Amino acid sequence: MSTVKIQSNIAISDSGFLFNPATGESYSVNPIGLEIIALIREGKNETEICNIISQKYKSEQVIVERDLHDFVHMLRQYQLLDNNGGQNN
Amino acid sequence: MTKQIYERPIIRKLETGMPGKFGMRTEYPPTTQIDGVPVKKIMEQYGSPVFILSEDTIRTTFKRAQRAFSTRYPKVQFAWSYKTNYLDAVCRIYHQEGSWAEVVSGFEYDKALHNDVDGRKIIFNGPGKSEEDLKKAIDNDSLIHIDHLDELYLLIGIAGNSSRKPRVAIRVNMDTGIYPQWDRFGFNYENGQAWDAINKIVGSGKLELTGLHTHIGTFILTPNAYAVAATKLAELATEISNKFNFSIKYIDLGGGFASRNTLKGSYLPGPDVNPTFDDYAEAISSALLNSRLDSSNLPLLILETGRALIDDAGYLAGSVVANKRLSGGKKSVILDLGVNLLFTSFWYDHKITPAQSFPLHREDTVLYGPLCMNIDVVRENISFPQLNAGDGVVVHSVGAYNMTQWMQFITMRPKVVLIDLKGNLHVIRNNESLGTVIENEIVPDYLKSV
Repeated sequence: MSTVKIQSNIAISDSGFLFNPATGESYSVNPIGLEIIALIREGKNETEICNIISQKYKSEQVIVERDLHDFVHMLRQYQLLDNNGGQNN
Repeated sequence: MTKQIYERPIIRKLETGMPGKFGMRTEYPPTTQIDGVPVKKIMEQYGSPVFILSEDTIRTTFKRAQRAFSTRYPKVQFAWSYKTNYLDAVCRIYHQEGSWAEVVSGFEYDKALHNDVDGRKIIFNGPGKSEEDLKKAIDNDSLIHIDHLDELYLLIGIAGNSSRKPRVAIRVNMDTGIYPQWDRFGFNYENGQAWDAINKIVGSGKLELTGLHTHIGTFILTPNAYAVAATKLAELATEISNKFNFSIKYIDLGGGFASRNTLKGSYLPGPDVNPTFDDYAEAISSALLNSRLDSSNLPLLILETGRALIDDAGYLAGSVVANKRLSGGKKSVILDLGVNLLFTSFWYDHKITPAQSFPLHREDTVLYGPLCMNIDVVRENISFPQLNAGDGVVVHSVGAYNMTQWMQFITMRPKVVLIDLKGNLHVIRNNESLGTVIENEIVPDYLKSV
């Protein structure tokens, strides 16, 4: 399962506000998205994140996995991930 | 430990562009029921996708249209445009409401007879009538709208051998100030073709010129175009009366009224900007009443509107097959209903709503159909919530043209269900099966073993 890494220059507030100083673009994430970003920053891989979220919230693992996959895809799409991260390893 | 309620993780880019001048309502509540019947129940019972028609909406809309015209003009008659939706059950509702039939082919003509319409109340339009079609229409004393001179000569020839004098009208095309000007049907008003046809009809002595007809276009957003058309036909009728000393019995302004759908490229939603029946009625009635027509002997006003009467009564319910991201990150959803069933998705940005409650977060989404064809796009861009595979969606205002222009292509056509006034469901057209598709195919003997 892949490990991704958030770019080090991305500013993230406790209320779910993201700012990319390199592009000047801002983003908002919902609380669970913020939680996932924090887990990514801790160095957890997608499988670990999926297990943590599934244990904490009422949802089937397959749905969490699918949503996580889509979320990570969007982080990559918005160029918030480190170029060296995000590849299967 | 009690688990917390799960919510899908979402990241949204914050856009700081200027807001538009007008706020556009793009969020709708879910459509969980139609006329009090749960959409999920209909799909469970009759499959997905499924066309759903509301009898209540059909009758209510018809009454609204009739009231708009009959309160402004003394003699009004609607004729149901068969090509818009010729399912027998639908036609019979309109006939019960008092509509005549307006048909454009021998097939539609036979369908009107099959629906027990009195032949004298069938208006036969269209540029492709055969000799056999015309003979049948003459025998039934129907109203034949002549499209071109070859048809006129053919009719004069048939009438010469018939005991009955055919009742005819000419179809007139004209400049009503709108673009495009439809000039492929009938005889032109401005260049004298219409008068030429009228002189030939009256001069032959074999045909009875009963009416004047025009069909200025489709989805006309300018009611004034109808006022121009009504004025020109009224002028023609007055001059016919002056020249030949007989009165035209009816003026038929065809169809073309816009429904509440939103045309592609329209800045504002259709329900906010499209004219209402009252707008059209005011323009047409005022033009006729203010013309030189003899007010003591006004002609019958015939209207062949189809789309505006039935569009809102039709729904297409279907299901989400899958969600996927496109290469640029844009969200797309694959539905089990495609352009083979929803021909009008080429013209309109249809209103599409989920059939169940949904999370608040919305995202710009492309809605695709299930066909393995690049053109199978139901909505190119819609702000849509996250739905899961198997969730239901409802496409609104699909009553016009989809159930006649649909195609058996790649998938088969689904059931059409009518919700009656008491909320009971009736299948009014069955779904196709492999059997119905191959029924008319013939395999030569030498190909029977493979």
